[in-house]
Amino acid sequence: MWNLAGISESIQNGLNRALSPAWALTVEMIIVGISVIGLFAVLGLILVIMERKVSAYMQVRLGPNRVGPKGMLQSLADTVKLLVKEGLTPDKADKFLFNLAPFIAMIASMLLLVPIGFAKNFQIWDLNIGVLYLAAISSVSVISILMAGWSSNNKYSLLGAMRSGAQIVSYELSAGFSILAIVILSGSLRISDIVMAQENGWWIFKGHIPVLIAFVIFLVAVTAETNRAPFDLAEAESELTAGFHTEYSGMKFALFFLAEYVNVFIVCGIGATLFLGGWMPLHIGTWKAFNHIMDYIPSSIWFFGKTFFLIFVIMWFRWTFPRLRIDQLLNLEWKYLLPISMVNILLITLVAIMQWHF
Amino acid sequence: MGSSSLIVLALAAIVFSAGAMIVSRIFVKRTTNPQKGEPYECGIPTEGSPWKQFSVGYYLFALIFLIFDVELIFLYPWAVVVKRVGWTSLIEIIIFFFILFMGFLYAHKKGALKWM
Repeated sequence: MWNLAGISESIQNGLNRALSPAWALTVEMIIVGISVIGLFAVLGLILVIMERKVSAYMQVRLGPNRVGPKGMLQSLADTVKLLVKEGLTPDKADKFLFNLAPFIAMIASMLLLVPIGFAKNFQIWDLNIGVLYLAAISSVSVISILMAGWSSNNKYSLLGAMRSGAQIVSYELSAGFSILAIVILSGSLRISDIVMAQENGWWIFKGHIPVLIAFVIFLVAVTAETNRAPFDLAEAESELTAGFHTEYSGMKFALFFLAEYVNVFIVCGIGATLFLGGWMPLHIGTWKAFNHIMDYIPSSIWFFGKTFFLIFVIMWFRWTFPRLRIDQLLNLEWKYLLPISMVNILLITLVAIMQWHF
Repeated sequence: MGSSSLIVLALAAIVFSAGAMIVSRIFVKRTTNPQKGEPYECGIPTEGSPWKQFSVGYYLFALIFLIFDVELIFLYPWAVVVKRVGWTSLIEIIIFFFILFMGFLYAHKKGALKWM
């Protein structure tokens, strides 16, 4: 059940036996498309209820507890509610861009799923420039935000979009630098190579203090890149009502919301892959017996466990730190994180050349 | 799955979003009201158009970002070969970072990183 690579292989073999190669490929594509859509929807539902439950327990209250057992079906009920809400388009809005923006947000976050290794030998496409691809596609999502804010013809939307644009492009730099640290250590841009390089220990344990610094910077930067508190200036509800999606309602709003939550999952998945070994079980050097015991836990559980742990950490940030002001936010990036990560890159180069890592 | 997966996933995103919108259009009960089309502004009629000038600070940060982003792309091929090239790569990157940092300091001195 948990051996995802085995399942995909048996499906592929079955298709190749039953159909001609062209049809087998077509059916395979349809299966991939449907399963990605399913993953998207399920992730959205799970992350929304997780967010609400985590924040509730951090504030010593129960959170949603009416729909379903312990309120676990609440997000399903919310989806149905959003489905029957009317989606408004303001009269003075730029209607074409207004309707295009949610599609671009969805396409960008869907395409980010391509190189992520969900389990051992289970990847949609293991492309040789995986890390560069992730960095490139993740900057497309800012276009959808700017588009939504600009086309709404609303001051709150425009301000929120501008802020979020400045914030996302700024923090992309330090996220890129901390990703680069792992590329230096493992010497490859391919995701599967990076995971295999962690066979005798995850980079966060193997790489000494520089990798720890890079990991912390990465966490801060992706929190800012996904517009989550304490960096949620783009939708600071006390000053900008809802930021760039003030004018969005109904299903268009739901698509933005879904893309945002899936983006959180994806950046945490990237963090888990680069620093915490992706689907690689907890291995310690040459301890054969220990490594063998850890191998018994399926690789998909390792990946999703690490990813959801990072998601929990990011949700934890939200209820721990107060929101930053825009000048503080840009100061933090340009005057602290960026110089630190540049120096950190030099340190990591030194570690890699001297072979100081384990 | 190869490069076709990009097209498949983009199509999946479009099908999913368009499908959700079509389904919601079936269920929604539409009502018309002139006030529904107005921009949301806490009940007060909108004053002027938002499509006007906004703070130049955003442009400045975008310009500095552009420099650093291009430099980050230059670093990717370097990062892959660091271990093979050895000490030369470290010296080269120190020179590269030095020039870049001078530019960064210049921008800082000019006040481009100060929020207005």
